[in-house]
Amino acid sequence: MDNSEGYAIELRGIVKRFPGVVANDGIDLKVRRGEIHCLLGENGAGKTTLMRVLYGLYRPEEGEIILNGQPVHMTSPRAALNHHVGMVHQHFRLVPTLSVEENIVLGLDEGTGPFVNFRKTREKISSIANEYGLSVDLQTKVWQLAVGQQQRVEILKALYREVDILIMDEPTSVLTPQEVDQLFTTLRTLVDDGLTIIFITHKLDEVMQVSDRVTVLRKGKVVSTLPTAETDKPTLARLMVGREVVFRLKKGPIKRREKILEVNDLHALNDRGLPALRGVSFDLFGGEILGVAGVSGNGQYELAEVLTGLRKSIKGRVFLAKKEVTNCSAREMNDLNVAHIPAERIRMGIVPALSIRENLILKKYRRPPFSYREFLDNKEIEENAHRAMSDYQIAAPSYETPAKLLSGGNIQKVILARELSENPSLIVAVHPTYGLDIGATEQVRQILLAQRERGAATLLISEDLEEIMTLSDRILVIFNGEVMGILDAESADIEEIGLMMAGTRHKGEEL
Amino acid sequence: MKRRVGFKVERRPVASGRVVFFVSLLAILAALVVAGIFFQIYGVSPIRAYQLILRGSLGNRFGLAETVRRAIPLLLCGVGLTIAFRALFWNIGAEGQLLMGAVAAAGVALFSGLPGPLLLPAMFIGGFLGGAAWGLIPAILKVILGLNDVITTLMMNYIAIYFVEWLIHGPWKGPTARGFAYTDTFPRAAWLPTLYGTRIHWPTLVLGLVLAVVMYILVTRTRSGFEIRVIGENPNAARFAGISQLKTTLLVMLISGGFAGLAGVGEIAGIHLRLLGPTHISMGYGYTAIIVAWLARRNPLAVIVTSLLFGVIMAGGDVIKVSLGLPFQLINVFNGLILFFLIGSEILLRYKISFFLRR
Ligand SMILES: Nc1ncnc2c1ncn2[C@@H]1O[C@H](COP(=O)(O)OP(=O)(O)OP(=O)(O)O)[C@@H](O)[C@H]1O
Ligand SMILES: [Mg+2]
Repeated sequence: MDNSEGYAIELRGIVKRFPGVVANDGIDLKVRRGEIHCLLGENGAGKTTLMRVLYGLYRPEEGEIILNGQPVHMTSPRAALNHHVGMVHQHFRLVPTLSVEENIVLGLDEGTGPFVNFRKTREKISSIANEYGLSVDLQTKVWQLAVGQQQRVEILKALYREVDILIMDEPTSVLTPQEVDQLFTTLRTLVDDGLTIIFITHKLDEVMQVSDRVTVLRKGKVVSTLPTAETDKPTLARLMVGREVVFRLKKGPIKRREKILEVNDLHALNDRGLPALRGVSFDLFGGEILGVAGVSGNGQYELAEVLTGLRKSIKGRVFLAKKEVTNCSAREMNDLNVAHIPAERIRMGIVPALSIRENLILKKYRRPPFSYREFLDNKEIEENAHRAMSDYQIAAPSYETPAKLLSGGNIQKVILARELSENPSLIVAVHPTYGLDIGATEQVRQILLAQRERGAATLLISEDLEEIMTLSDRILVIFNGEVMGILDAESADIEEIGLMMAGTRHKGEEL
Repeated sequence: MKRRVGFKVERRPVASGRVVFFVSLLAILAALVVAGIFFQIYGVSPIRAYQLILRGSLGNRFGLAETVRRAIPLLLCGVGLTIAFRALFWNIGAEGQLLMGAVAAAGVALFSGLPGPLLLPAMFIGGFLGGAAWGLIPAILKVILGLNDVITTLMMNYIAIYFVEWLIHGPWKGPTARGFAYTDTFPRAAWLPTLYGTRIHWPTLVLGLVLAVVMYILVTRTRSGFEIRVIGENPNAARFAGISQLKTTLLVMLISGGFAGLAGVGEIAGIHLRLLGPTHISMGYGYTAIIVAWLARRNPLAVIVTSLLFGVIMAGGDVIKVSLGLPFQLINVFNGLILFFLIGSEILLRYKISFFLRR
């Protein structure tokens, strides 16, 4: 037992199998008390599975869990909480219709009998929130919060339960750069207070920036555990993928074609009935990628929804290939070959209970060759699934696997395969590489560039400024529902974009 | 070191067909055990009661026939309900839809004056439309006004019940019914043929079996079926894919209400040969069919089996009334228990409980 001194967590020989896959294949992992330990690995490497074992959601076929030198049985998340282990999941687990504070105390015995003493709980929550810079309005219903804020609630929820070990599964995928910085500050304070944090991410920059040590997983096995200070990004990338990786996107010169999308003075409301878009206008051409930069909640999601027929505009007009499409339905936009990679992939992008095969035809089941008249053609649907799974390297036992069993990155690949396979004329892509590992991210970016080469018009909405800078031809900055300016990506300056995202109007001439 | 048995609850990714089967069986067994307590209270040994029920419902030709004839309306209503439930439309109103189907068919039989061979087909069409209309009202109320489907479909049952009462006491009361609250007996051409010596009106049975197969194909092989499943599993994704909630909801309630209406036609044209009191027409088939559809796990083909099972239980109700002198309503207790355990057992479909030794 003595050699366990200093280790908060020790996992020994963890094996977890699912039908058709060994998700964890004899994993040993040691995490020191008070460190931030990164878990790195490709999509489907088994990171989430390993953490679910630690959190008591899965029972491993083999292996031991040792916390602070003591072997423990993690039989349920409640057992995990009793051992002071908390987890912030890759896809949040909050109850949308409840308020922030209700979500935080949910499932706990606070107060007397069946009643919750909210006065007391509120004090505790506020003090935690203040201490770690996790401010969020406690009375607001969760569905009204932006993702970044929802994540704060998840963290607060764990801290409220007085965890010593906090697992965070891809916490940064959905955050803006500012929010990421804030999160890192919070994590540092937590670690200084003695917490141990396991942090899953696909972004090597973040590993280098925040972690003390890093463990790389590949195909269910540990490849290596290294002190962050003694490694670098190329080494980590190589360990992850198992071969040398070259990051070089081939982005040809822009070949602008005819105008595909024209948006004129567009106004729309958000879910709360408040103005989300206030007179947005821009043109988008074939063969061009227009990046939309902005802090989350400034109207970019509503813009994506209006353009794909999911939200009605209240004023203004939209033209697609010279044809007016203002307030067309989702179906009509779909029939006009507009692809949409939605922000909320689980809630909207897939039908979790249906198979990969069926999810891949979600938007084209009405057309030949997938159906004639009323009848679906299962053979074509299967062939389509075969093709998509090999083209996009979707890792799954078979195309009959329900989409909900896929790893986060593979779910995203299913959506991409479906949306991009039919040579769309307009692509509305929101966080297209969200949750993808470095290899898949490069692949998707390559695909988007290939679509650009082919002549598709792409509206790329992302909070990842680096992604916007590398892919876009022009960058539109949105603030508070208004266009602050449109810049040429070649000459754009990150400082200036930052200022515009904060509400300063572009001074130079409009492009 | 002492060993203790520990157990562990784990999320089940997908429940296999076998698991579903055994869990359902377990629920039925649990209901049998608890219902046994009621027999005991009445001073009847549960074992003897179940023996009698089985013998009375399956052990002889007459019992078998009764089982099948009870299964017919359950089959039709149940198949329709699987479709509604798949689209997450909670149709609790099959009972009312069945009655309205019966009303429409009775109207055709008594007043249309159609010539012989056309009469029965017209009754089935009328019955389908009557049930469908009754089902479409809550569907429209839900999609347009956002009214809760459970409540509207349930309330529509009472309207249908009192409507039938009013008809048979008032305008449709038969001059030849000698003071009873009946309509006149239908003309001969409106009688469904039955299997020799039984009350199995076989055309309705065949219709039910065919529709079960057709609905299975609809769900698994067609565009509409795909839309129904997508709406049922993730309404947001359906919106994203441009699937019309209005169209799909109307379709499932057209089917669900219409099939219940067909069941109503079968009952009055095959058994009663007139329109009579609502509790006589239906005996709660529309409610029991909810359990039938649920036990079939919303699979139209499986309804063929589950409706027969409930046919046994209902025929068993006659047996305990006649042989044991117990109230027929015990059957409702039993049905309630099955539904209770069935819903309770859903947790076993979603979670796996395993036992292990702990050192
Ligand atoms: N409940 C489950 N049932 C069946 N297979 C599963 C289940 N959960 C995960 N898998 C499979 O196990 C493998 C590992 O998945 P896991 O979610 O742990 O990957 P990950 O490393 O978190 O990937 P990502 O970065 O994409 O989130 C994948 O092949 C996945 O399809
Ligand atoms: Mg994961």
